[in-house]
Amino acid sequence: MLVKDVPDAAAQKRIDPQTHRLDRSGETNLNPFDTHAIEAAMQMREGGALDVDEIVAITMGPESAVRTLQKAVSLGADRSIHLTDAGLVGSDVCATGYALAQVLKQERPGLVLLGQQSDDGECYTVGAVVAEHLQMPSLTQVIKITPVDGRLHCERQAEYGYDTVEVELPAVISVGDAINEPRYPSLKAIMGAKRKQLDTRSIADAAIDPGRVGAAGSRTVVVAVKPPLAKEPGEIIEDDDSDATVARIVAWLEQRKLIP
Amino acid sequence: MSSILVYVLHHDGEFNKSSLGAVCEAGRLAAGLGGQAAAVVVGGDDLSDDLCRSLGSYGAARVYRFRGPEGLAQPAIDAIATVMARDSHRYVLFGGGLLGFEIGAGLAARVGGGVTMEVTQVLVRDDRLVAVRPILQDSAVAEIDYVGEPGVIIARLNAFAVTSGGDGAAVVEDVELELSAWSTRTRMVRRGERRGAEIKIEDADVLVAGGRGLGNAAGFDLCSQLAKALGGGVAATRAVVDAGWYPYSAQIGQTGKTVAPKLYLAAGISGAIQHKVGMQGSEHIVAINKDPNAPIFEFSDLGIVGDLNKILPKLTAAIEDGRGGREG
Repeated sequence: MLVKDVPDAAAQKRIDPQTHRLDRSGETNLNPFDTHAIEAAMQMREGGALDVDEIVAITMGPESAVRTLQKAVSLGADRSIHLTDAGLVGSDVCATGYALAQVLKQERPGLVLLGQQSDDGECYTVGAVVAEHLQMPSLTQVIKITPVDGRLHCERQAEYGYDTVEVELPAVISVGDAINEPRYPSLKAIMGAKRKQLDTRSIADAAIDPGRVGAAGSRTVVVAVKPPLAKEPGEIIEDDDSDATVARIVAWLEQRKLIP
Repeated sequence: MSSILVYVLHHDGEFNKSSLGAVCEAGRLAAGLGGQAAAVVVGGDDLSDDLCRSLGSYGAARVYRFRGPEGLAQPAIDAIATVMARDSHRYVLFGGGLLGFEIGAGLAARVGGGVTMEVTQVLVRDDRLVAVRPILQDSAVAEIDYVGEPGVIIARLNAFAVTSGGDGAAVVEDVELELSAWSTRTRMVRRGERRGAEIKIEDADVLVAGGRGLGNAAGFDLCSQLAKALGGGVAATRAVVDAGWYPYSAQIGQTGKTVAPKLYLAAGISGAIQHKVGMQGSEHIVAINKDPNAPIFEFSDLGIVGDLNKILPKLTAAIEDGRGGREG
């Protein structure tokens, strides 16, 4: 299971003006989409349709990512792996996917699950990169997984409606948030998470080619960050008296001739 | 010589609009680079010679056709990588579809190129392409350069306009290839299943759209009543369609419809990019959400921070009363 430590949803996000990278120094949390991936793994184990030996959470990131791994463990992972190395800083999505794939090769998973997107940057893409390096079939944005004879029937919404795709294992699958309702960790699980095995691996430990990761190993470079085309900020009403609020909405709509 | 390759999605003998926009953009960019644009199509018998040739009128000089499984990413990666290994192509462009993200990212890994996504504009600079994409919930715009080639560009939905250039016809070439082993390990069981009733929302002047904030499927009653009072239709986000609260045919955004009504009233919708791309062209956007940090307030013209369960029924009643008053 691949998880990601992301800036907290409520935190103000900023770009470092020198590096053009997201400033990750503030409050961080487990990517919400990844909690659905963990829940999907738990349900497959509990449902018994697939033989699940263990669920391992893997992340790549700085020191703060340890807390995210502990959260993943409290939600059901048996152990976790933290890929961290100064040489990884600044990796783009291709470099990140390559690095994660190198760790995965060491673990030989039967199934790699991850959340389909994170709200701090790239979406839908890292799973496809990982799958390519592992030479595994891959599907993103899956909202239902049904094991059938050792294969997975995965449903997802695409451009023309819902597709059902049969995927042979091992495979890399990213899931959407409609797939399940993640459970809350028990207090016991939260307390116990710190005692579960957490391996830390470096670039060398994971046999990662240092020339293919980090800012120097990335094939894209952000050359400028600018403000967007300015759009007039809209009017905001904080509702504390719904009759008055509704009167203001009606007046606003009438002024623009939007009420028939 | 071709310089930009475009993956073109199709279904039932018709090309995808976002893909056609990407072909048009590739034609313009290729001209700027002194090269040509070419398209790759993957699928069955509905990819007739005539259909493929028609991509010429959008700006493709050549169409590479691979008769293979459609709707899956990895066979398309095989096809594009095969074409790239044979003829030199500097960039590969994708419209904003779901498959484009999968194929583009996988292709970049396969051929060792760089990839950018959610791209809204592409610049020709010093005989290269630079991708421009909004970041941080569209609060900033980043310019991204490629280190070496090839470069893969995955556009945001509706980023590029479809302009037909007239009667140009593309050269159609069949591509033979052996699928890689892992590409043969996915199989389409059922494609394009429409779930729920067919609802036509494209032509509505007013749309009341509901999201997860409605709480449950019954919450859509509040939207329907308001829509009726306003003489409009009801739309939905992907989250609630996936949850089975409302039909797929009414879905706005990334894998749904793109609309631009006079009034778009979003109830309980956070305003994720995937939704925004399908409705940001609306003339007036009104949002009701209890979370003051919801991104939708960044691009709404009127935002109400409050409980939609209180506001929607009263708003419906006020509009009904008002109309009664005026008519009386």
